[in-house]
Amino acid sequence: MTKVKILYFAWVREQIGLTEEQVELPAEIETVANLIDWLAGRSDTHALAFADRSKIRCAIDQSIVAQDASIGVAKEIAFFPPVTGG
Amino acid sequence: MKYVSLQQADFDPGAEQAKLEALSPGAVSSFTGLVRGDDGISAMTLEHYPGMTEAALNALADEALSRWPLKGVVLIHRIGRMTVGERIVQVTIASDHRAAALEACAFLIDRLKTNAPFWKQEEWSDGKCRWVEAKCSDDAAAERWDQAAK
Repeated sequence: MTKVKILYFAWVREQIGLTEEQVELPAEIETVANLIDWLAGRSDTHALAFADRSKIRCAIDQSIVAQDASIGVAKEIAFFPPVTGG
Repeated sequence: MKYVSLQQADFDPGAEQAKLEALSPGAVSSFTGLVRGDDGISAMTLEHYPGMTEAALNALADEALSRWPLKGVVLIHRIGRMTVGERIVQVTIASDHRAAALEACAFLIDRLKTNAPFWKQEEWSDGKCRWVEAKCSDDAAAERWDQAAK
């Protein structure tokens, strides 16, 4: 089990109702996609937020990664919609 | 010269322009983004990812400095709530040549939309709110700088 900080932003944060949470990751979770599946099972609001994976972006330790990326020894993993700055 | 700032407060584009003119370049280009009042929108709130945003803005400014012969880069992005007509973002570039100044300015604005972790929420006067969705045209505008990479 590895302790990881999960952060949520924008409507992902609103739908889940949390800005962040500390989770103990089971060893079998290897990729971002695995993590999304696992997080979606935590509550109805998590399931709702992660319902459309095409609208979810992820950053591991503050670098944007694809959903097939390996989690490795990440300390901080963030989920958010596609960015809309500028 | 590089100046990157993430701030709640408004800024003065003229003052930034003057700072870069003081470097004695041949050209200064400038872009200011404002909150548009489309569809009766009254305000916009910008959320961001603290820590990652600052790093992303600095990385973009560094990339502009390495790709074009520039004398100065100013990149200011506001966060928090802004009403229609308020300034959101400022890019000001100093170079000895107009092409470098104009291209670096367009590069930064295009890449800001796709490479920095900001999210805009629009607000109407009746209190209704909506998250702005990312546009494919923004991705295309940012990607043209990948193709142009040397």
